[in-house]
Amino acid sequence: MNPEIGGFALIIALFLSVVLALIPIYGASTANEMWMSYAKPLAAGQFLFVFISFICLGYAFSHDDFSVVYVAQHSNSQMPIQFKLSAIWGGHEGSLLLWALILTGWTFAVSRFSKALPLDMLARVLSVMGIVATGFISFLLITSSPFARYLPRYPVDGADLNPLLQDFGLIVHPPMLYMGYVGFSVAFAFAIAALLSGRMDAAWARWARPWTNIAWAFLGMGITLGSWWAYYELGWGGWWFWDPVENASLMPWLVGTALVHSLAATEKRGVFKSWTLLLAIFAFSLSLLGTFLVRSGVLTSVHAFASDPERGFFILMLLALTMGGSLTLYALKAPNVKSESSFSWLSREVLLLINNVFLTVMAVTVLLGTLYPLLIDALGQGKISVGPPYFNAVFVPIMCAMSIAMGVSVAVRWRESTPKAVLDKLWKPAVFSIICGLLFPMIYGNGFEARVFLGISISLWVMSSVVTEFIGKFRNAQSITSRLKQLPLSYYGMMVAHIGVGVTAVGITLVSNYSEERDMRMQTGDTVEIADYQFTFQGTHVVKGANYMADQATIVVAEDGETIVTLRPEKRRYNVKNAMMTEADIDASLFRDLYVALGEPLEDGSWAVRMHYKPYVRWLWLGGILMALGGLLTVADKRYRQRSARQEPTNA
Amino acid sequence: MPRLLLFIPLLLFFVLAFFLWKGLSIDPRELPSALIDKPFPEFTLASLQQPERQLSKQDFIGQPVLVNVWATWCPSCRQEHEQLLMTAQADEIPIIGLNYKDERDMALQWLQQLGNPYQFNIYDEQGMLGLNLGVYGAPETYLLDAQGIVRHRHVGVLTTQDWQELKQIIKGWGSAKN
Amino acid sequence: MLKINIIAGLLMLLSSFMLSAAIDVYKFDDPEKEKRFHQLAFELRCPKCQNQNIADSNAEIAQDLRTKIFQMLNAGKNDNEIVDYMVERYGDFVLYEPRVNPQTYLLWYGPALFLVLGLGVVALIIRSRNKQYQQGNDHQPSLSNSEAKALDGLLKTKSGKKQ
Repeated sequence: MNPEIGGFALIIALFLSVVLALIPIYGASTANEMWMSYAKPLAAGQFLFVFISFICLGYAFSHDDFSVVYVAQHSNSQMPIQFKLSAIWGGHEGSLLLWALILTGWTFAVSRFSKALPLDMLARVLSVMGIVATGFISFLLITSSPFARYLPRYPVDGADLNPLLQDFGLIVHPPMLYMGYVGFSVAFAFAIAALLSGRMDAAWARWARPWTNIAWAFLGMGITLGSWWAYYELGWGGWWFWDPVENASLMPWLVGTALVHSLAATEKRGVFKSWTLLLAIFAFSLSLLGTFLVRSGVLTSVHAFASDPERGFFILMLLALTMGGSLTLYALKAPNVKSESSFSWLSREVLLLINNVFLTVMAVTVLLGTLYPLLIDALGQGKISVGPPYFNAVFVPIMCAMSIAMGVSVAVRWRESTPKAVLDKLWKPAVFSIICGLLFPMIYGNGFEARVFLGISISLWVMSSVVTEFIGKFRNAQSITSRLKQLPLSYYGMMVAHIGVGVTAVGITLVSNYSEERDMRMQTGDTVEIADYQFTFQGTHVVKGANYMADQATIVVAEDGETIVTLRPEKRRYNVKNAMMTEADIDASLFRDLYVALGEPLEDGSWAVRMHYKPYVRWLWLGGILMALGGLLTVADKRYRQRSARQEPTNA
Repeated sequence: MPRLLLFIPLLLFFVLAFFLWKGLSIDPRELPSALIDKPFPEFTLASLQQPERQLSKQDFIGQPVLVNVWATWCPSCRQEHEQLLMTAQADEIPIIGLNYKDERDMALQWLQQLGNPYQFNIYDEQGMLGLNLGVYGAPETYLLDAQGIVRHRHVGVLTTQDWQELKQIIKGWGSAKN
Repeated sequence: MLKINIIAGLLMLLSSFMLSAAIDVYKFDDPEKEKRFHQLAFELRCPKCQNQNIADSNAEIAQDLRTKIFQMLNAGKNDNEIVDYMVERYGDFVLYEPRVNPQTYLLWYGPALFLVLGLGVVALIIRSRNKQYQQGNDHQPSLSNSEAKALDGLLKTKSGKKQ
């Protein structure tokens, strides 16, 4: 009966979310305190029942209940338990349930940790999240129930999970990513509540900011993990493919990045309010758009779900309701929010605004490139493709321009800076970056290389301008430690995140320019030299995994004749579907990866082997981790940690 | 006026939503042939059944024909075989086989076992004619007019319904001439 | 039920050529040709696959196209000739870098246009705010005084207790 309990719990959750969507918000508009106070218990109940439903599906997976269609299609009795459990979100229905779980989880968290929030604001925020939850839970129940059964006869064993997904990456990547996607619903709900109440003061920004930062950090982490996963799992050695599904996660991240900064200005200076609201609406809308793109089948992607136009239509309706509704509300109510202060032409406000433009244009570029084939096709103009060469050509220059402005922004103060003060702070890092950028390709590479110069200079510029600014803080300090403690955590957060951008940029520059790759036909005993490393192929043997058989090659890597590592890439054949899979083996280190993938056996007993030398590839993800960490550090700032009893600030 | 500007995001969203909605009814994987309204590529290849006989475009120009790309390694080709036989039996249009990247013995055996709907078969062992034709997987079916111009391509299994659609296209030519 | 079977079948079909990376071995007489080979294979889309270039794809057609590029390179063809050859047969679809033509003006020049527009709007905003600022209209703190007091009060009473 267990799956039926799951389905039933989901129905109860839907009922609760409908009530949550209606009652508290109505209470807020009629100043009915009792109705507003329903928000919290409803949020808790909604979460509880989706959680029960999720547990039921988990139980069905762990106990190999193949009478459940979804389990039968995405699992198999031979699969190791950790993959059985992560297979819960290995397909459309289950991942949607995970989405609903995280959404109701965020709703619950907001209700739990927002004691400082006035009741009417909390009621509105939770109701808006209830509206979103209503949409998603009904989507689950109407088109995509994971609890449908094969009855009376059901398969003896499951069809197995796609072998690519039987990996650690599946365990961590989707939950992280969804935490980010769905997390933006909190910022969205705060924006709608602000529009409805017409109240958008610094206190509002102070409430909305931590939630936004956390969501942004999760999304960044999710993208980073996804990139790392694709790198080691697909066997191609690439780390970003500009695939529609990747783009779908990048767009909300870019807009979210703009939002995080715009919110900072709104909190500190009471400016850009209307813009902040719009960004909050767009960040979440782009998350929804991503869901649409992945699940509707309008675009082809390497990792889209089995798609279905009916589901696509449902999400499109959800998107039209949330986005159409919120943007209408925005157009009507935004004139009510007024910015409170002005600033000089050279001020941090201005730099933030410029960076916001860059980030937004970057997001629009990704959107344009992703949807352009669809646009052309819908107009009956035929089929075209837009891929990595386009994005590299258009996206990268804007990214460079933004990074330059980014370095300036940290040296400029709120309200006003004099050009002289800014130049005084910046000339040293500027000279330093340019000189190092010039020298780097000559020392590290084989001579001057314009792209490396540009990439390294910009990366160093981003990092050194932050560090210089940091050191400058100590100029007049009596004691370094007391000054260190004095600086707010949000400042450290900013610093770490900006350094993260620089670190990622170093990684991108070097791995794009100095990677080496060879596809070789190798017989036992053959040696190939790549970037001063000697790869010796020592033959293959058969190994047996839990649910697969594999040819495992032994490749010894030496540097200057001295063995440094033995790599064992595999070519796996999974038992159930007979699916072949390349499992690369990587020797990872901070400054370079050695990456080996095994291809096909060739006629004469030799094997096709692909070997990569990838310098600084780890820096890509290290930077991503630093950015996310920076976002979280900011949240830890003590000014966001008020968990007191409610105290109504006087109206603004 | 500035108030009206605030409606721009909403407007942009509606444009976007319209295209997304249109997108739902488009199959992004359906790829039209680049050779539509262009002449069938020139070739000289051996016949499948008579290895000594060299075939070329001249062997089928002069009347509308179907060119069917097939191979024994392609399971969907087996599915559509029935339909091809029916079309051939009804003598509605000559069908030319393009045996694509296959082994001769297996292909001959296939025709013997399943029946032969083809007037003759072009044996494209290397897949070079297939490449010139823009074939990206079997089965594919091309409709040529009497001048040997490619008018339509169907990718995947040719069902009875697909065949009815093709027949409509051919009928259209007939009435256009009258 | 039938639908499910078809989907499962499709998945199975897809999986058979989706999962293994394409690795093959061409012997180039000239490293410059090898570089161009990789570049071309990177920029051309496999017509059959989900969304992969022909370098990464292991589909039959991708292998054929790689071999064709290899042959054409060895026959001394230049990059344009090779790309034209592919487009003639498979259409613009195979180009991951779309050609600049009226159809793609928006795609190629759109981002620059948006950037100019965006920076233009920012310039207008800066001008008006700077004017306000120079006139000294900036005396409102971002928190109203009472709010600032309320918040500060909260911080003071609570920061000692730690939650």
